[in-house]
Amino acid sequence: MTHDPSQAFSLRGVSKAFRYFRLEDLNLELPLGQIMGLVGPNGAGKSTTIRLLMGLIAPEAGTIEVLGHHVPDEVAAAKAGIAFVSDDMRLFGGATLAWHMRFVASIYPEWDESYARMLLKHFNLRAEQGMRGMSRGEQIKALLLLALARRPRLLILDEPTSGLDPVARHELLSELMQIVRDDSRSILFSSHNTQDVERISDQIAFIDRGRLVDARDKESFLERWRRISLDVPAGVTLPRFKDTVDLTLGERLATLTTDRYEPALHGLLEASGARVTDVQRMSLEEIFVASVMRSRAEVQS
Amino acid sequence: MHSPFVISQNDPRPLYQQVKDQLRHRVAIGVLKPGDEIPSIRQLAADIRVSVITIKRAYLELEMEGVIQTRQGRGSFVSDNAQLGDTMKEQELEGHLRSAVQTALLMNLSEDELIERLREVRRKDPQGRS
Repeated sequence: MTHDPSQAFSLRGVSKAFRYFRLEDLNLELPLGQIMGLVGPNGAGKSTTIRLLMGLIAPEAGTIEVLGHHVPDEVAAAKAGIAFVSDDMRLFGGATLAWHMRFVASIYPEWDESYARMLLKHFNLRAEQGMRGMSRGEQIKALLLLALARRPRLLILDEPTSGLDPVARHELLSELMQIVRDDSRSILFSSHNTQDVERISDQIAFIDRGRLVDARDKESFLERWRRISLDVPAGVTLPRFKDTVDLTLGERLATLTTDRYEPALHGLLEASGARVTDVQRMSLEEIFVASVMRSRAEVQS
Repeated sequence: MHSPFVISQNDPRPLYQQVKDQLRHRVAIGVLKPGDEIPSIRQLAADIRVSVITIKRAYLELEMEGVIQTRQGRGSFVSDNAQLGDTMKEQELEGHLRSAVQTALLMNLSEDELIERLREVRRKDPQGRS
């Protein structure tokens, strides 16, 4: 038993096989007070990871700890502190939002009614409206309201922004940042929207085809990647770096992508006779695509 | 802080650099004075919807550069250095000059050519003629 109070959750060596999909040797942890963005293509294993954390499925190998409790053995204790929203959840169509609010408040003692009232305004929702009359976007906002007002210690959101319009997305990101003003509350969210992830995440995890491609804090993530444009005169051979993720050679011009950038690289490249003409930072989206392509190439070789 | 931060994901500078530049600018023009308290890391992160780790990095670097000080348990403040405003402008100019030199090197400009270009820019500026 290794209860670690400084982690919101940890997965160690976790594996789980399905008929057509296998999550392999997943190692991931989120320190308290931080936001983690889980990024991956469709079918990468994001939802499976979340279902494992929620104790909805049991791992075949490895250990999972959430808010200091072993999952799935102590899942009831863990779940008291977790709120979860995914875009395939449904509320009772015949009931109003106010009815759902009373229902959730009756189960969770941490329910914060004044915060719930504030969220109603921020999300532009009406408590007396029936769920059936709400648009899909409004239903997602209602689900988010019910989760946030519980004041969970760990908030897990599966694609929270995908069904939202830009204004609602802005409101949600603001609310998420308000949550981590309290350094004991943490958030895990999965998303295709790398812009949202790049803006508000402290930790970033890339997942593809059931494997963790990379996971680290956002600042060092972005700092390591660069695209270097080079002028390579005839007869010059570029030195080989093991940290080259991609090298595209054209006539005289070359583009080198690296995930271990440091300024000393310029000297090494120029010593070969090439000239560095530009060094670009990469967006999280570009880094994500480059990481996944490399990971797939490694798996195949 | 009275004046709002403007953080854009379409800006070529990384987010932490935008936060640094804007705080530094406030000190340079005197909106923030030595000894003034600046928001806590988590407060500013919530205000401008940018991750805590990004603000943390910006504060840490500003601290190392002597712009701000963090006192354990009491928050972060603009450094008690009366010359700070001028120093900030010095550093701003230094930064611009350095990037001009780097660009000139990429363009294979000689030192004299670079200096001549600078003179030209100054001559063209309405306030630069002397």
